[in-house]
Amino acid sequence: MADLLIELFSEEIPARMQAGAVADLRKLVTDGLVEAGLTYSSAAGFATPRRLTLALSDLPAMTRATREERKGPRVDAPEKALEGFLRSTGLTKDQLEARDDKKGQVWFAVIDRPGRAAEEVIAEVLEAAIRNFPWPKSMRWGAGNLRWVRPLHSILCILTDEAGARVVPLEVEGITAGDSTEGHRFMAPGRFSVTSFEDYAAKLSAAKVMLNPQDRAEHIWSDATSQAFAQGLEIVEDKALLAEVSGLVEFPVVLMGEIREEFLGLPPEVLQTSMREHQKFFSVKNPKTGRIEKYVTVANRETADGGATILHGNGKVLAARLSDGKFFWENDLRTVERQGMEGMAAPLMNVTFHNRLGMQGARVERLTVLARAIAPLVGADADMAAQAAKVAKADLCSEMVYEFPELQGLMGRYYARHAGLDEAVAAAAQEHYSPLGPSDAVPTAPVSVAVALADKIDTLAGFWAIDEKPTGSKDPYALRRAALGVIRLILENGVSVPLDALVNMARDAYVGVYQRIGRPRLIEQIRADLASAADLSHFLSEEDKAELETLEASYEQAEFIADRQMGLHNFKLDARFEAVRADLLSFFADRLKVHLRGEGVRHDIIDACFQLGGQNDLVLLVKRVKALQAVLETEEGANLLAGYKRANNILTAEEKKDGVEYSLDPNPKFAEGDEEKALFAALDAAEPSIVEALAAQDFTAAMGALATLRAPIDAFFDKVVVNSDNQIVRRNRLCLLHRVRKVMEQAAVLSAIEG
Amino acid sequence: MTTTAPRSFQEIILRLQTYWAGKGCAILQPYDMEVGAGTFHPATTLRALGSKAWAAAYVQPSRRPTDGRYGENPNRLQHYYQYQVLIKPSPPDLQALYLGSLEAIGIDMALHDIRFVEDDWESPTLGAWGLGWEVWCDGMEVSQFTYFQQVGGHDCKPVSGELTYGLERLAMYVLGIDHVMDMPFNDPSAPIPLTYGDVFRQTEQEYSRWNFDQADTDTLLKHFEDAEAECRRIIEAPAEDPKTGRRIVMAHPAYDQCIKASHLFNLLDARGVISVTERQAYIGRVRALARLCADAFVTTEAGGFDGQAA
Repeated sequence: MADLLIELFSEEIPARMQAGAVADLRKLVTDGLVEAGLTYSSAAGFATPRRLTLALSDLPAMTRATREERKGPRVDAPEKALEGFLRSTGLTKDQLEARDDKKGQVWFAVIDRPGRAAEEVIAEVLEAAIRNFPWPKSMRWGAGNLRWVRPLHSILCILTDEAGARVVPLEVEGITAGDSTEGHRFMAPGRFSVTSFEDYAAKLSAAKVMLNPQDRAEHIWSDATSQAFAQGLEIVEDKALLAEVSGLVEFPVVLMGEIREEFLGLPPEVLQTSMREHQKFFSVKNPKTGRIEKYVTVANRETADGGATILHGNGKVLAARLSDGKFFWENDLRTVERQGMEGMAAPLMNVTFHNRLGMQGARVERLTVLARAIAPLVGADADMAAQAAKVAKADLCSEMVYEFPELQGLMGRYYARHAGLDEAVAAAAQEHYSPLGPSDAVPTAPVSVAVALADKIDTLAGFWAIDEKPTGSKDPYALRRAALGVIRLILENGVSVPLDALVNMARDAYVGVYQRIGRPRLIEQIRADLASAADLSHFLSEEDKAELETLEASYEQAEFIADRQMGLHNFKLDARFEAVRADLLSFFADRLKVHLRGEGVRHDIIDACFQLGGQNDLVLLVKRVKALQAVLETEEGANLLAGYKRANNILTAEEKKDGVEYSLDPNPKFAEGDEEKALFAALDAAEPSIVEALAAQDFTAAMGALATLRAPIDAFFDKVVVNSDNQIVRRNRLCLLHRVRKVMEQAAVLSAIEG
Repeated sequence: MTTTAPRSFQEIILRLQTYWAGKGCAILQPYDMEVGAGTFHPATTLRALGSKAWAAAYVQPSRRPTDGRYGENPNRLQHYYQYQVLIKPSPPDLQALYLGSLEAIGIDMALHDIRFVEDDWESPTLGAWGLGWEVWCDGMEVSQFTYFQQVGGHDCKPVSGELTYGLERLAMYVLGIDHVMDMPFNDPSAPIPLTYGDVFRQTEQEYSRWNFDQADTDTLLKHFEDAEAECRRIIEAPAEDPKTGRRIVMAHPAYDQCIKASHLFNLLDARGVISVTERQAYIGRVRALARLCADAFVTTEAGGFDGQAA
């Protein structure tokens, strides 16, 4: 048994690609070896900025010899068939054997494959892995044709067994595999040879390279936290940054520096973002003040001056960066002081939201209208919600957000506070973007909820009107996220607002605002374009084009095109709007199913409730779904469902057979026997309570009332034969089953439930 | 190798010149046109194309009208210098050569932390891209290091290695200066010591005013269109020169017009008359010219054309 060590040594590999590259190398090589018949017992992969390393243990010296027999065409088959067989087996005719088969003589090929030396297989597999490596981005260099993430300098590939180490002979585009590598670029330059993985790891360690990225990350984290602890401070955790920084160094040295006093007044998020994005610094917080007071940088070397020069340089760069940040912050505050949040938001009038949905400024107007309309439904003050919507996007015009887009919302909150606006308004500036994903917290403050709902429903309705819906994996406008956001905002806050009403509000806001703001300008622009004979037809269907032909005046034509470009006709015309709304509502239904499934609700139970139709109040719908699931999980419920299904099956079968519907009211006077009478009585007793409970939206009570039917239904099926010889009795019984079904289906379309 | 610390901006430039001359580069002079970056010099853009080997280094004055700050910002200038090295094919020890150049200007590798941080380079106006890094010295970006993969829509074969140093920033770092205008331009002990501000503060003010507020946009727009038309006209001229009877493809004169168009676009941008949507269209127009010039250059001798019409 031998151990294999592979190292691909290159110029600096981007940090973000290292982990994936290790996994890919491991998979390509191990899959290739196993496929060729070379087994191994364990594999370990590592990456540093300059190397990918893979160590496999316990490989056999040879692959096992194999013998394969393949049946070919009949001996008397046409020459063509034989040729194909020879090609596929790589044999000649005289190497084939003719054997007797059921249908006569048939050619057989016996292919003996002798065992191959491990070296040979490894060389083949590794060369293929290098040539076909799935880098996210790769390049050529010099005069060669090989592609790698950055120039590949050397290949180390050795097999080590009791007899010692030997190089696996391999050459890829002029790079010959050897047994040597390099240490740290600056601290231990020069090549050295290795004889095994243990030797490699030890020598690298001596040459100031920490091979294992996890070791580097742990070293950085523990050193940083203990340095901070010693000063009564703490490091702000940032796993992504830690992983990135670990991929930038082979020999991490943690250095802590001070942030100049003049910058400590900046919001901590600004300090943190600037330091992380530009400098890859960790933030160091003073737990007593909550302020970020220091930073940690990770250098790639030790120096004689203990990192003093390095820290000095980093401090200077940081000061220049933070001066920029301070400059933006102070300018933004000044803008707010002089012009208020609305003044800051003024440029939104000239910023495009989407070329078919108009300017951001118009969008803000719509959000203002919408938030005001939604406010009473979520318990928010209408004026406050409108004001919050009006300023919620203002920070998009701030210098700080221009520089750091990820601070949008948060800066809005700071600036709104600075403008002296109510804290609820300021909070909405930040929170209206939430929830951003399935696990992101949902805002609960009423004003924030109103603006968040307005923001999302406006986006959805708009993109639906211009027919830009998510398809497959493509969702460039994050519309699935917006729909899920609406669902979670409604459910988690118990907002009783029908979805269709919400979509109607979005339509009204769109039509109202657009007529007032965007449309006149667009029409003028299109008139000018028409005059210059520009082609404007790409928004138009063939039908639209034909209709356009019938319009004479340029103004009418421009109006026609403008409304189609902006999707406005889909809002203005009732029939079109209803189609758009139905489609959007079914999108919501799908998202809701995905969401509820994530919460452990069975999809068939959701379907059963959805199929009732008109389920636009999500809060009620989910209550119904949950009550139904709860009752079905009891023995009572399961039997009740079985009873329903039995009734439904019999009824459906008989109706089909007879070609009629048994939907008349059954008459108790034709009831024979106690069980049948009892069922009548039970239905008479349960139905009013079910109806009443459903009307009161008390689904648990409704399900409880339904459950009282279980025993009478069971007894009925136990004792009564539906298909009586007496046709009157039979028909009456079928009508009784129909009544059972009808009563139960008020709760949900139970036929949709599986099992 | 010089081991003492440099004392002035120009000394850093001179040391880079000496260093790269010593490594075999042809030391060229700046291109005599307004460009946004050293990459625009035909010694880079055009010479990165085709099969012929090449090694050149030069200083290139570069103009970015939108970066003007009236000489007040410590780091931002609308006119600044880049030092540019282009070697084709990229030598295997280019990283080591580069690090040697940092030592040559007084950066002591034993005390500083040098890092190669992923940064892929792309020039939408030149239709060019490459992979490489920004090089950090103690957390500061001191150079851009790129292996050219495509220029003007052509695959680079062989691949050129390109190094770009932002000279002011690098020099300020090495000399320990906080405001660019305070940086000694010549030796501080010279009979007439001059700072960067003595040389450039006034011009920064003048150009900032002109770039942002005064440049006549109608004229610039007209110039842009003229340059575009002239570039296309030059390219469309037949290769055969009727006067000399020789085949003379005018790739460089055409490329001059492309450079002009690019700079005019930058000026228009600084004047704030180009909207977000128009921006892409303008960039696309310049890129189309760059592509035509690249197409033309590879049919010239310097572009590796062997005399056989394709």
